[in-house]
Amino acid sequence: MKVVLRNPRREVEVPGNRRVKDVLRELNILPETVLVIRGDDLITADQQVSDGDTIELRPVMSGGSEPRPPRPAHLRLYPTSRHPLP
Amino acid sequence: MKCRKCGSAAVLELRRHNAAFCAPDFLEFFRNQIREAIRKYRMFARDEPVLVAVSGGKDSLALWDVLIDEGYRTTGLYLDLGIFDYSVESRAKCEAFAAARGVPLLVRRVADEVGAPVPVIKAVTRRPPCSGCGLSKRYLLNRAALDEGLPVVATGHNLDDEAATLFGSVMHWQMDALPRQSPALPSTHPKLVRRVKPLYRLSERETAAYAFLRRIDYIVDECPFAAGATSIAHKETLNRLEDASPGAKHNFLFGFLEKARPAFERAEAVVLNECARCGQVTTGTVCAFCKLADQVKRAAPVAGGGSTPVL
Repeated sequence: MKVVLRNPRREVEVPGNRRVKDVLRELNILPETVLVIRGDDLITADQQVSDGDTIELRPVMSGGSEPRPPRPAHLRLYPTSRHPLP
Repeated sequence: MKCRKCGSAAVLELRRHNAAFCAPDFLEFFRNQIREAIRKYRMFARDEPVLVAVSGGKDSLALWDVLIDEGYRTTGLYLDLGIFDYSVESRAKCEAFAAARGVPLLVRRVADEVGAPVPVIKAVTRRPPCSGCGLSKRYLLNRAALDEGLPVVATGHNLDDEAATLFGSVMHWQMDALPRQSPALPSTHPKLVRRVKPLYRLSERETAAYAFLRRIDYIVDECPFAAGATSIAHKETLNRLEDASPGAKHNFLFGFLEKARPAFERAEAVVLNECARCGQVTTGTVCAFCKLADQVKRAAPVAGGGSTPVL
């Protein structure tokens, strides 16, 4: 079966005739991080997919937005995440 | 897997709720969560006009879609960050969305306001691109709302965004950030509009599912500058926890909001001033946005911090 992945867009072939959750496990993808799309439908992790199927694993994570502004220098208690050697 | 409500075939499993839903019942669940968020935090009244910050992504367009359906008077605001094809495509998505529903959409270009687009800001400041981008967004959203006479800005921050931000703040015990983390920030100054996050009860997988089921044409590709962002690393960590223990993100965020945040809130005391240059609100004399614009104008890196914008 064919699996469409995103970011970047690419396709991989994996064995079918098993549950979606087994495909996700083989590809090392956490179920919480993708929508599983077959045709025009969402499918759940317990559903069977066959050898002839094409499914898209659409990532749901967005990010990089709205980080907190840096603290003013005079209030910066922890200027770095690295700790000096004692 | 069966829908918890009607027993028909489910399209989405929500492990944190130990439930699954068919499409119609999931859409209703989704809308109910937004209604509850608006009610619980009194985000806005029925007759209040709302500025919805839209990026072309699933979250903001899903939020706008629900608010339009619920009958709220909304205006969209798209900030063109000038990030190559990503901005071209995301702006087109927002314009098509607004045109299809007959709702107004404002567009502001960061390059017009700051003096350069985000890629140039990144090069000039030598800081992570999300830093200058986030600062510009907070500033410009507030100013646009003030200019348009709109009392409240709604953003598409979801449960994952909020949990990741909280995780980052806790990791560094940012005592000033913790009390400001809330689904609704009231106006604490005549020049600060209310900021609300009606999606805070919904995970990003749920907003993606809503957008898909509603056939909303959103931009799926990530911002090219998001790779390597700290917030992404935090989300990945939380997703591993969630996989091992469904509901972990929900418990982390909701536990903070209900039990811990009030204690941090009492500790916060910030003096708000108006920026000597632009008149917007800051904790210092000149706001961080004006400093950023100066930096861009000089096109030279400047060391040091600056006052914290209170947006």
